[in-house]
Amino acid sequence: MTFLGPLLMAALMIVPIVLATMQNIGEKNIAVLDETNWFIGKFEQDDNMQFHYVFDAVDSLKKQVLQEKYDLLVYIPRPELNIPVNAEIYSDRQIPLNVSSYIKNTMRKEVETKKLLASGIDPDVIKSAKTTINLVTIRLDEDGGETKSFTEINVALGLFGSILIYFFIFIFGSQVMRGIIEEKTSRIVEVIISSVKPFELMMGKITGIALVGLTQFLLWVVLTGSIYGVFMLIYGVAEAPQVLTTESAMTSPAESMLPEMNNEALTEIIEVVDAINFPVIIGSFIFYFLGGYLLYAALFAAIGSAVDNEADTQQFMLPVSIPLILGLVVSNFIVNNPEGSLAFWLSIIPFTSPVVMMVRIPFGVAYGELALSMALLVCGFLFTTWIAAKIYRTGILMYGKKPGYKELWKWLRY
Amino acid sequence: MHAYLSIKEVTKRYANHLALDRVSIEIPQNKIFGLLGPNGAGKTSLIRIINQITAPDSGEILLKGQTLHADHVTKIGYLPEERGLYKKMKVGEQAIYLARLKGMSKSEAQKKLKIWFEKFDILNWWDRKVEELSKGMQQKIQFVVTVLHQPELLIFDEPFSGFDPINVNLLKAEILKLRDQGATIIFSTHNMASVEELCDQIALINQGEKVLEGEVNALKEANRNYTYSCEFYHPVSNWQTELEKLPVELLGSDFISNKLKLHLKTDPTLNSNELLRMMLPLGELTSFQELLPSMNDIFIQKVGKTAKSASDE
Repeated sequence: MTFLGPLLMAALMIVPIVLATMQNIGEKNIAVLDETNWFIGKFEQDDNMQFHYVFDAVDSLKKQVLQEKYDLLVYIPRPELNIPVNAEIYSDRQIPLNVSSYIKNTMRKEVETKKLLASGIDPDVIKSAKTTINLVTIRLDEDGGETKSFTEINVALGLFGSILIYFFIFIFGSQVMRGIIEEKTSRIVEVIISSVKPFELMMGKITGIALVGLTQFLLWVVLTGSIYGVFMLIYGVAEAPQVLTTESAMTSPAESMLPEMNNEALTEIIEVVDAINFPVIIGSFIFYFLGGYLLYAALFAAIGSAVDNEADTQQFMLPVSIPLILGLVVSNFIVNNPEGSLAFWLSIIPFTSPVVMMVRIPFGVAYGELALSMALLVCGFLFTTWIAAKIYRTGILMYGKKPGYKELWKWLRY
Repeated sequence: MHAYLSIKEVTKRYANHLALDRVSIEIPQNKIFGLLGPNGAGKTSLIRIINQITAPDSGEILLKGQTLHADHVTKIGYLPEERGLYKKMKVGEQAIYLARLKGMSKSEAQKKLKIWFEKFDILNWWDRKVEELSKGMQQKIQFVVTVLHQPELLIFDEPFSGFDPINVNLLKAEILKLRDQGATIIFSTHNMASVEELCDQIALINQGEKVLEGEVNALKEANRNYTYSCEFYHPVSNWQTELEKLPVELLGSDFISNKLKLHLKTDPTLNSNELLRMMLPLGELTSFQELLPSMNDIFIQKVGKTAKSASDE
């Protein structure tokens, strides 16, 4: 999994790019029979499409299509009224979507232009009237500073961080749980706790898996990054040198498919990236990453110690997973209103704060609030660890009975 | 005699039952001490307290006069009744890991493990995964790991379960050898035959209370019930009427070809010499023996009595 993971991740990013460029479907020979004479010479040749304007009977042209002289036939019949709005495409196989949409668009534009001219409007006037609005949002700081912010990037950063934390907690938390169930069912646990304290064993398991997890995670990032980087270098140079970007993993696929950016936009993005407070984002990512993991891993450890096999974990897994899932679901709303009271409370409560706070951080969170959330998270994991240690101590030596919540409550008070 | 381990007034209560009720036991140094009792008597609770896996609610345990302390775990080797190994790990690796948990260095553990593995004929399993091994093999590895760090105190909870008779004998020999080398051994089992064979002293626990403690032989003496077995060759024809005149109770008789076996019970006032003299006229006496109760009898007698009185209440 350690090495397969990055491959899959890289594939996930690379495959869409390859597919996008694979739309190159080979040259098409297209016969155009235009009975209106409106569109002669309007369809432009390119690498994919070769247009031949023909004047022949439709039926004989259809035969030529079947005889492979042409790949397809565009037939624009004389309109009943004076504006041609109907056309037919004949082919002996499936017609590529981009070909048909190209034909449709070209015809539409041509008809629109003609209509405009007929009503005495110069199409160039319309063209010049089209405007792109360049909206820049700027945050004002209390000390008078101004920073440009770019909401889309903030949303992407925040959601990416919180999803990553969510998965890390689930994957490695349940690994802790499974490890403990394994020790319990293989009955080695009593041998070990005659040498080390149950608490030490539990914390050892949690920190051990955290380190395995971090190593694996770093390996994933590095390997995925380098596979992707190497791919882009080879593939990108050959195909589209101007869109080659080895930017961070999440923005690349989308970005590289954008048409060339003009310099203005590029400098703007650089400005925005500069404005992102990376030390705070990365620092708090690591903090919430570890804090959230420690908090939940302790709960997972307690569950693992209480049951005899994985099937019995269901009833305890639900209440533990709900705050995590809630955090992730709510994140999607919080990006729209990162300062709202829902966002505030969920990012303060330790059970949801690792996932929710990550969404808010790229938008900027007051340091006091951040400190409160972090302090509560620390208290939270100390608390869950304390609870877990009590359940664990009793649970690992209990066999053959499936405990309920009442039972766990009793163990807490031993 | 100096006690190696003193268990003093230890009480342990779980939510709704009393697992140990003011149990005090003295375990002498360099002896094999049998910790006996029916299922659920509190043996495992006591053993876990000695291993500091759980703490007593009250009372204390002294090891060579010192209150139990975290450092003592390296002096104790514990083979639990519920035992196992990591299934996916290799045998040698795992044995070294467990030895290091008990404070041994890696090279020392490796050296000693090789010696033990050779002795138990499992050296070629060193690089195999535990799940490939038979249960008996795994038990051998667990035994080796328990004794490897040469603990002063060894605690075996049902050590023979899962072993074939040949390996049981191998294990018994090793346990006796360990005692001769100076270890103090606590031995918990239901198998009374092995108790008689191995134990110097025992304590019997029932329903959280100690009901009996002492040396095996002394306990047998103390619990004698004045029964004898006698064998006659060519007994007199009227042995039955002769016997009825004597102050004995006939528990059973067996007369095959010329041999008569009698199972008798007398009262405590009659000593064996007098009984012997009384028996002589009955025929040619070939064997005369007092039947001391087995540990099994004592166990059933003591436990059964309390079980009965408990159900009477």
